[in-house]
Amino acid sequence: MGIDKDLVAALATPLVLAILAEGPSYGYAILKRIRDLSDGELEWSDGMLYPLLHRLERSGQVQADWGTSSTGRRRRNYEITKAGRAMLAEHRRQWETATRTLGGMWGMTVSRTEA
Amino acid sequence: MSVLDTHIAQWRAAILRGGAVSSDDADELESHLREQADELVAAGLSEDEAFLVAVRRLGEVNRITAEFAREHSDRLWKQLVLTGSDETSGARGSVPLMLGFAVAAAVVIQIARLLAGIPYGLPQWFVVNLGFFVLPVLGAYFAVVRRVRPRLIIVLAAITVSFGLAVNLYPFEATSQTQILVALHLPVLLWLVAGVAYIGGELGSSARRMDLIRFSGEWAIYYVLLALGGGVLLGLTSLVLAPIAPDAITPVMEWILPSGAAGAVIVSAWLVESKKSIVENLAPVLTAIFTPLFALMLVAVVASYLAVGIRGDFNRDLLAGFDLLLLVVLGLVVYGISARAGRVSRFSDITRLVAVLAALVLDVIVLGVLVARVGDIGFTPNRVVALGLNLVLMINLAVTAVLSVRLLAGRGTAFAVERWQTGYLTVFAAWAAAVVLVLPLLFAFA
Repeated sequence: MGIDKDLVAALATPLVLAILAEGPSYGYAILKRIRDLSDGELEWSDGMLYPLLHRLERSGQVQADWGTSSTGRRRRNYEITKAGRAMLAEHRRQWETATRTLGGMWGMTVSRTEA
Repeated sequence: MSVLDTHIAQWRAAILRGGAVSSDDADELESHLREQADELVAAGLSEDEAFLVAVRRLGEVNRITAEFAREHSDRLWKQLVLTGSDETSGARGSVPLMLGFAVAAAVVIQIARLLAGIPYGLPQWFVVNLGFFVLPVLGAYFAVVRRVRPRLIIVLAAITVSFGLAVNLYPFEATSQTQILVALHLPVLLWLVAGVAYIGGELGSSARRMDLIRFSGEWAIYYVLLALGGGVLLGLTSLVLAPIAPDAITPVMEWILPSGAAGAVIVSAWLVESKKSIVENLAPVLTAIFTPLFALMLVAVVASYLAVGIRGDFNRDLLAGFDLLLLVVLGLVVYGISARAGRVSRFSDITRLVAVLAALVLDVIVLGVLVARVGDIGFTPNRVVALGLNLVLMINLAVTAVLSVRLLAGRGTAFAVERWQTGYLTVFAAWAAAVVLVLPLLFAFA
């Protein structure tokens, strides 16, 4: 079973920012990380990640540089910026509220982080 | 080149089409695709399979480009702006060069206009020579942009000059029918002469001739678009000027309208080349919309003509209208066929055939009426030209119909239709030349 399309869309931005918050990365690795984290349940067309990354770049939440991979291939690396981290914190606050609300009803516990 | 490289090159070309994805983006996506494919190959898949899976995961090309277009809508607009460096379409010729020739065409037409004393009169020589004021400039523009061989330039210039001498030295009578016919056919010839420069003199090549046909259609689309925009501009100008300087409106129109109309000939030609992707996407859509509509309209017209018969005066304007209609049908067929590559649709093949058959029947009806008239009152220049042109069109339509049937039956190829049409350009050129050069002699310039 996959996850609803709208939910994936809502999840995409915070997820990408959160992964980049762990350290700089690039498209293919980000997608792999998402696949691992969700045990393959959360999948979207790989190509859709790039317009999302470009939007984040344009709004200053990530910055991108061209580099080369170990095999000598041209590769675009992304790094989260200060604005990106601030946005991630905001996303996190919202998601915590959402999961706390639903989780409370379903008996899950989600602790509140102190910002 | 490995299987994978070939596949990826094709995929890359597809993703770059349309201009929403820049070549940097394509690099990024390609790098992704290769990493994924490498991993799959390492896991034991063949290169072919690995590519298929990787592309599948990446998503459909259309959806990716649509997503990129949404994120980078500015790029699509950038293509429309005069930036000179248009990386996706490989612009030929720079903007200043194009503008220079456009201004030259405008200057020539203004000089001619002043000499002719327009708008205080419209002398015959101006009408007959109208094509000479603009189209040789277009030919010269192509000669420069395409770096045409000097020898070919001399040949084309000689042809142009000899046409010019002929039509201006012929002693036409005051109200000469043949002179009007010459004025109508001369632009076609001059267009073809400019067209030879456009295809760099490669007349023997069917593909190059097809380029010329395609260019002509796309040029017409751009010209109409520019004319619409220009009409709005002029309309608003006179509206705004009316309250403060009503006397200025006429002079403004005299200077701007002819200059704009002449300059737009060059600008449209430049647009066809440098902004290829736009019209290349538009023309097949227009063809797909209008072929069925024209097919319907032609069938209805044929049915009503067969039911009622041709009444009233079958004059030159009506005939010209018919011939234009038949030419439009041919244009739709050629465009439809050339856009057919890759996407075969039985429906559009059938609508094309219906349009061709209906046009053929219509042409035969018109020919029948013309022959009957000639039997009644004998030959006049108008009738000879009408008969000849309709005969020329009938032969073309008949062969096109046969080739279309073969295509539909799976026994012919689209290329056969294309080759027939490109080859027939010679017949059209010969016909126009005959009307311009020979017809006035035959009828003693009457």
